[in-house]
Amino acid sequence: MSEPRYTHLSGLEPLVITPDLGFVNIGERTNVTGSAKFKRLIVEERFDEALEIALDQVQNGAQIIDVNMDDGLIDAEAVMVEFLNLIAAEPDIARVPIMIDSSKFSVIEAGLRCLQGKGIVNSISLKEGEEAFLEQARTIRRYGAAVVVMAFDETGQADTTERMIECLSRAYQLLTEQADFPPEDIIFDPNIFPVATGMAEHDNYSIAFIEAARILKEKFPWSHVSGGVSNMSFSFRGNEVVREAMHSVFLFHATKAGMDMGIVNAGQLAVYDDIDPELRELVEDVVLNRREDGTERLLEAAERFKGEGKQQVKDEAWREKSVAERLKYALVKGIDKYIVEDTEEARQAHPSALEVIEGPLMDGMNYVGDLFGDGRMFLPQVVKSARVMKKAVAYLVPYLEKEKKEGEKKGKILLATVKGDVHDIGKNIVGVVLACNGFDIHDLGVMVPAEKILEEAKKANVDAIGLSGLITPSLDEMVTVAEAMHKEQFDLPLMIGGATTSRAHTALKIDPCYPSGVTWVKDASRAVDVARKLTSRTHRAEFIKASQADYAEIRERALQKKSKKQLIGLDKARANAKDIDWASYTPPLPKTPGHHVIDWPLADLVSYIDWTPFFRTWELAGRYPDILEDAVVGEAARSLWADAQAMLKQIVDEDWLEAKAVCALMPANAQGDDIIIYTDETRSTERERFIGLRQQADKPSANLCLSDFVAPVGSGKEDYVGCFAVTTGLGIETAQAKLPKDDDYADIMLKALADRLAEALAEALHEKVRREIWGYAPDEDFSPEQLIAEDYQGIRPAPGYPACPDHSEKTKIFDLLDAPNTVGLTLTENFAMWPTAAVSGYYFSHPESQYFVVGKVGEDQLEDYAERKGVDLEQASTYLRPNLTD
Amino acid sequence: MLKWHDPIRVEQLFKALGERILVLDGAMGTMIQSHRLSEADYRGERFQDHASDLKGNNDLLSITQPKLIADIHRDFLAVGCDFVETNTFNANRISQADYALEDLSKELNLASAKLAKAVCEEFSAQTPDQPRFVIGVLGPTNRTASISPNVSSPGYRNITFADLATAYQEAVAGLLDGGADVIMIETVFDTLNAKAAIYAVEEEFKARGERWPLMVSGTITDASGRTLSGQTAEAFYFSVEHAQPVAIGFNCALGADQLKPHIKALSGVAKSLVSAHPNAGLPNELGEYDESPEDMASTIATFASDGLINIIGGCCGTTPAHLKAIIEAVKPFEPRPLPADFTLDVAA
Repeated sequence: MSEPRYTHLSGLEPLVITPDLGFVNIGERTNVTGSAKFKRLIVEERFDEALEIALDQVQNGAQIIDVNMDDGLIDAEAVMVEFLNLIAAEPDIARVPIMIDSSKFSVIEAGLRCLQGKGIVNSISLKEGEEAFLEQARTIRRYGAAVVVMAFDETGQADTTERMIECLSRAYQLLTEQADFPPEDIIFDPNIFPVATGMAEHDNYSIAFIEAARILKEKFPWSHVSGGVSNMSFSFRGNEVVREAMHSVFLFHATKAGMDMGIVNAGQLAVYDDIDPELRELVEDVVLNRREDGTERLLEAAERFKGEGKQQVKDEAWREKSVAERLKYALVKGIDKYIVEDTEEARQAHPSALEVIEGPLMDGMNYVGDLFGDGRMFLPQVVKSARVMKKAVAYLVPYLEKEKKEGEKKGKILLATVKGDVHDIGKNIVGVVLACNGFDIHDLGVMVPAEKILEEAKKANVDAIGLSGLITPSLDEMVTVAEAMHKEQFDLPLMIGGATTSRAHTALKIDPCYPSGVTWVKDASRAVDVARKLTSRTHRAEFIKASQADYAEIRERALQKKSKKQLIGLDKARANAKDIDWASYTPPLPKTPGHHVIDWPLADLVSYIDWTPFFRTWELAGRYPDILEDAVVGEAARSLWADAQAMLKQIVDEDWLEAKAVCALMPANAQGDDIIIYTDETRSTERERFIGLRQQADKPSANLCLSDFVAPVGSGKEDYVGCFAVTTGLGIETAQAKLPKDDDYADIMLKALADRLAEALAEALHEKVRREIWGYAPDEDFSPEQLIAEDYQGIRPAPGYPACPDHSEKTKIFDLLDAPNTVGLTLTENFAMWPTAAVSGYYFSHPESQYFVVGKVGEDQLEDYAERKGVDLEQASTYLRPNLTD
Repeated sequence: MLKWHDPIRVEQLFKALGERILVLDGAMGTMIQSHRLSEADYRGERFQDHASDLKGNNDLLSITQPKLIADIHRDFLAVGCDFVETNTFNANRISQADYALEDLSKELNLASAKLAKAVCEEFSAQTPDQPRFVIGVLGPTNRTASISPNVSSPGYRNITFADLATAYQEAVAGLLDGGADVIMIETVFDTLNAKAAIYAVEEEFKARGERWPLMVSGTITDASGRTLSGQTAEAFYFSVEHAQPVAIGFNCALGADQLKPHIKALSGVAKSLVSAHPNAGLPNELGEYDESPEDMASTIATFASDGLINIIGGCCGTTPAHLKAIIEAVKPFEPRPLPADFTLDVAA
């Protein structure tokens, strides 16, 4: 053997990986896919705090930090650059090497262009074949970075030692022989999979990794073996004691075998020798797959080793307390079992029913409000509390009427989802939360035009107005309402909320239209505080002044920022379009072209549900299933989850909803940024034309437009594009009627589940299209997790989303599919779908088709777009407003 | 691996490097300064009517005062230097924008390389056993890719990797067309700039289907022992190691005394040859470099006797007299031994 070859890395300071360094810790917290907190900070552009997380890791001993920005909500390329540039300005962070972690190579390359030191790319693999692998490897080498190679090849992810060695040996050979990679700059990730899942075929995963580590280290002594450790104990989430023991045992054996780097949470590693000997034995049986019943035995014993045993016994001790205490307890815990008898007891003890409300019940709700404000209770719990409160109040109503008094309200607030928009889950949540806190809510429902809002506000003599909306055109509609209010000389405070709204939009667009005060309300948890201040005679003026100053500052900053972010011309962007080699590619012919209308059994959709967004609807941050065991929101999430499962079962068993889908695969070719849909295979007559938008950001990767993924006219290739529309909202009114009256919790739950089912139907239909209807991937067999992670070939972008932000293009899809008649879906004037539990979009089949964010477009593209679409400039500006630079 | 552009020339160079410590030339900038040229001298005939001031644009002199530049090269070769560095420290689109001459970038590099080549050939003919080599110089530009120019906005950058790479590729194309034997990315105060230069150089090599020897030389700016962008000597080397340079080194900012510990650190890790070209001491209160040739040479002799260097030269303030003294001082010593796994075999 020649001279030792130690890996050289650097930030501001060098890191040489010699054997006496032992195990190299890679910090995992600056990863949006792994840390909900970090993701939130990034999404909200709170970079200062995000940098603190990075600093924290370095100070806690991370020798390298992993940075990952892969998330649908984030423009990963831009944010990676921003964050790395900021790190470069912090010598205490920048002293360590950076691991750029992304599944998108364009993000990796953008990141590499910001690193003065020698970092690591995480990761590349043979998934797309040798050619793509080598090209990426050579590029990485030219930027002078080391590389993590994942055990993944054309046939899939390796899960046995043999396959791991096969994939990685081949990768090693290609890297060293054809990409000029020094062996010491190669880091193998043979894949760490969960064990003890109950599936016998998973039992050997840890052994497979450990064996692979041993062989790899022997075969390739100068390369390294790494992996994400916490994955292996996934089955025991919630039982940190067992998980930590598993990690520790795993690392003990894996590092002895040759694993010398790892992405870990170093602070949480248990010391091997400190593990309870009995537990260690049981864990070792599982990790080393020493006996067939190892999983069973560990599962059995796990409960005993659970940290600070979470109380499992139903505690009825609270029933012994005073009635006021019991009411408070019932409200906080959302228990309605005894609420009527307790309320009655309280009524008898008080001089009037009103005093029960204003006394113990309001005390209880105030306590709930305080806990919520402190982040010690979460939205689903609060909504449950409200349900209990309503039940108590309902019981007291007859007595109140006799007393001819009404409870004093804190203030009256009008809520409405604006014209053209039908989404109301968020608005209803805000309504419930405000009602819980003593506000009188005047809810006008959905699709409410400005005139109606103004008229009702006057008539009902409200104290504030709250507007909600989910789709982007609603942003304009909110401006319209604000303008109308100004014109009619309103002086009521205006609150803005909903998923598509933002502080920036409110500051830039709405606030300037309405001098009497506009406040953006981030989520339901902030609504109470804002509403209190806005309806308070003493605080209102001061509060409005403060938020106006805040918005003015945002406008000022936006003005400065504008000059910084340059767009390239449309011509230049088009010249930098995605370059697909059509000459050597034959688009797949649909197995069964034409229209397909399918009634889908609801039961078949359940496994396709992506639960993470469900929790987001309830403002619980975190990824399913980890969220169920989250230290902070875990309890709330579990309880919500149990309720959701119960209702879902009812929906399915009793056919509460109807699932209908339609899709069509049609001959198509691209022409510039447009996609032409032909009437038939002769491709002589245009049936429809989808007008696309192209990215104009100045960046090294291609400036994408959806039309790039379709063979152009003149390429001689007969390509196809699909359209689909699905809904699971049919029958929802009937289902709502079956719910207990005034049960907002159940009502919101039903809508949220219907939304999830619609998304699941879109996923299921897409899979059917890939496997059967279009049939270009007949052998595809992905797990639900892989489907959610979009591992498959082809995409299904939807108008109104980042790749094709113009909602009005939906009319073409609806027309092509005859959606009103085939699946009972219609569009509102602002192109929201009705029923709301619906998804519609396009299908693209090309293997290189991908989701992307169009982002800001220039004046030149706006004009060009208007012309292609055949609308005037003003109309086009309305459609593209969120994408126009201010 | 691409083949060498001129294997015979590379073999000559490698043979010499295997035998002794080779010597770079001294300062171009301070030599030009001593001529106290006027605005009109800089402009020459061709740029008489150019709208911007041109005084101080030293790189332009390769076009407007070629004889003066050639004479400076000659003065250094005459005392026995093995290399001349092209007069192209700022001959890139980004720096030349200060003089509204960005489009002259390629021509400046071409002209400077041709000039240096002609003088080298002149001397090689006189001393056939001591071939002289042209080092095509890529300077740092006047912007930094990893430091914000705006204190209150640390994430901001006024230059991108892509812009640097474009500018460097244009410059290196001119140097290669003009006949440079070696490319040196030097006075690296921000390693990200250097990485963009490496990227550009490799792109140009790839486009030409052949390669030239590459050298990289960083700058430790002050007593902190770091580059301007904050890296230590080792971190700097690891960041550019992928370019597989023939030699890695430090130049400028410090005198030989202050530079020595950093050269030592570099020598401890470098898997290539090591170069150094320090200033003639630190500038005095008048901004002049006043270390005497003898003083400088005696310090440099310890670089050589400690076995730290393969290539030595001078940066700001060093004159032909300094280089003459340095050549004498290092003569008795062997070059730094070749690191393991490093070869001067042209065929490798």
